[in-house]
Amino acid sequence: MRVVIAEDLALLRDGLTRILEAFGCQVVAAVDNGPSVLPALTAHRPDVAVIDVRLPPTFTDEGLQAAVRARAELPGLPVLVLSQHVEQLYARELLADRRGGVGYLLKDRVSHVDQFVDAVRRVAAGGTVMDPEVVAQLLARRDGAGPLAELTAREREVLGLMAEGRSNAAVAARLFVTEKAVDKHINNIFSKLRMPPSGDDNRRVLAVLAYLDGADTRRFPS
Amino acid sequence: MRVLLRTWLRPAAVTAAQGLLTALLSLTTHVALVVLSVVALLLIPAFGIGIALFPVVTAAVRGCAGLHRRLARWSGVEMATPYLPAPAGAPFGTWRRFRWVVGDPATWRDLAWLLPGAVTGAVCLAPLALPMYGLEGLIGLPLVLHTAGVDYGYGPFWPIHDTFQAVLCFPLGALLLAVGVAAGRWPVRLHVRFAGFFLRPTRGTELALRVRQLTVTRAEAVDAQAAELRRIERDLHDGAQARLVALSMSIGLAEQLVRDDPEAVRRLLAEARETSGQALAELRGLVRGIHPPVLAERGLPGAVRALALAVPLPVDVTVDLPGRPAAPVESAVYFAVAEALANVGKHSGATRAWVELGHAAGRLTAVVGDDGRGGASSPAGGGLAGTGRRLAAFDGTMTVTSPTGGPTVISMELPCALSSPRISPSSGTG
Repeated sequence: MRVVIAEDLALLRDGLTRILEAFGCQVVAAVDNGPSVLPALTAHRPDVAVIDVRLPPTFTDEGLQAAVRARAELPGLPVLVLSQHVEQLYARELLADRRGGVGYLLKDRVSHVDQFVDAVRRVAAGGTVMDPEVVAQLLARRDGAGPLAELTAREREVLGLMAEGRSNAAVAARLFVTEKAVDKHINNIFSKLRMPPSGDDNRRVLAVLAYLDGADTRRFPS
Repeated sequence: MRVLLRTWLRPAAVTAAQGLLTALLSLTTHVALVVLSVVALLLIPAFGIGIALFPVVTAAVRGCAGLHRRLARWSGVEMATPYLPAPAGAPFGTWRRFRWVVGDPATWRDLAWLLPGAVTGAVCLAPLALPMYGLEGLIGLPLVLHTAGVDYGYGPFWPIHDTFQAVLCFPLGALLLAVGVAAGRWPVRLHVRFAGFFLRPTRGTELALRVRQLTVTRAEAVDAQAAELRRIERDLHDGAQARLVALSMSIGLAEQLVRDDPEAVRRLLAEARETSGQALAELRGLVRGIHPPVLAERGLPGAVRALALAVPLPVDVTVDLPGRPAAPVESAVYFAVAEALANVGKHSGATRAWVELGHAAGRLTAVVGDDGRGGASSPAGGGLAGTGRRLAAFDGTMTVTSPTGGPTVISMELPCALSSPRISPSSGTG
């Protein structure tokens, strides 16, 4: 798997490279600033890009902007965005094009090396991986009268794991239940959220997030 | 008819009431207050009785002047209170209180105004007296009394000599009524304007009051800053720093054990990773409290939108900022809005909320409203009071309107120039 990394701190850039190469990935380029992200991506056409949100020269959200631009120019390019902090706002912007192959993770997650590499692979395969913290924030909006309020605690748990990009088997293993039970929960969730069921694991995660996202986008027309 | 009532009669009635109150106040108190003041001042040499008495009399004078200032508001004239604040620990009867009273120029300006103010105050009876007198002529009282043989006078006819003069009282009454209603506000206006010369703060007092206010807000800002630094130091010391020490201890131990007990090493490393995760989470929380990353990255509009997403109810955000405010102002407004939104989420019981950011006439405005049950207040020490103090450091103000039953609207306003041009809007959705 060919990877492009954009991270300004040399220590982290080297760390990421080491981890990914230890797991059989090939880091074809590692850049340290916002403006060189897009050229690197168009030149190498990697299987996945791992991009830090905050990059020079502005040290604001240069990396995020580069990621959004890259996905506009190279449709379907899988991008995993890393950040010290997660913001729902940014998750929404990444999901705005409604295509798979997006990830948004706290940098902390990198320390769980196997989980991190797993996330990179899932994103590269077109899956959607959201940091558990983003998912928790989304699900915390329980007080509202929205359809989320109708979910049971268990359904909420399942939805959370789905939104993190896990497969039915993974969800079942996490919750110590059978895959059949997970299937049932998912069907209940889809009907409560008034979403047509879909067989595709990644599509359905995207659909969940797009639903949560879409439920709110009309709040601020931009 | 209704137009007549609204444009003529109601203002005339208000003016008449204001005039009556002004006149009553002037006529009953001014002379007495002057006499008391003079007596108190004369008694200063007599065992210092005046030293105890004069501040008491002054308090009464100030009360009286305060009432006049309030009445002036009926004419749409705002007069700020000009008195310097009382020094701490100076109850009535002390030398310090006397010195404070004597040293305040407003004391002497009040006193100088009392007698001339009584004259202009008495003239304020006109808006009531003229229409009443006009009505007397209009209802024919002079004619009735003249016919009844009473020796009676009205206007210039004193006494009324013949029936012709008595009949003339009708048009005269109408004229007086009309003049009284139409021109009644002039005496009151004269009184208010005249009082303004004396009862308003002078330029010097205004500056003194401003300096005092700035001193207070600066002290509060410095205190808040120091408390914040102490909190950060404590959180770092007890939290992240301690965890990093534990982390390096675990790793050190693992280093020792690596050859003999790989299983223990695995446990230690897992522990170390856990600890580092906690340290990171703590640092993240701390950074958010100091300067939220989204504020640094997106400026106020983006940061407020991010805040709105975190509230468990729909929040409409409208932003009209043609540029970016200075960083400290941005931060203060961000935390103020965050506090207000947190209150909405916790206490309001609202189903919708909205935030409006705007900038007009050199002032940044932020309004947070919800359709909840209202009853929000800003008790001293509460989150909203803290927010108010934080804004005060920038000469900002915060007003909370929250009648029981709602809705709650918190408006914040602070002077601020917008420096750099608008930051580039993000691509994608906002």
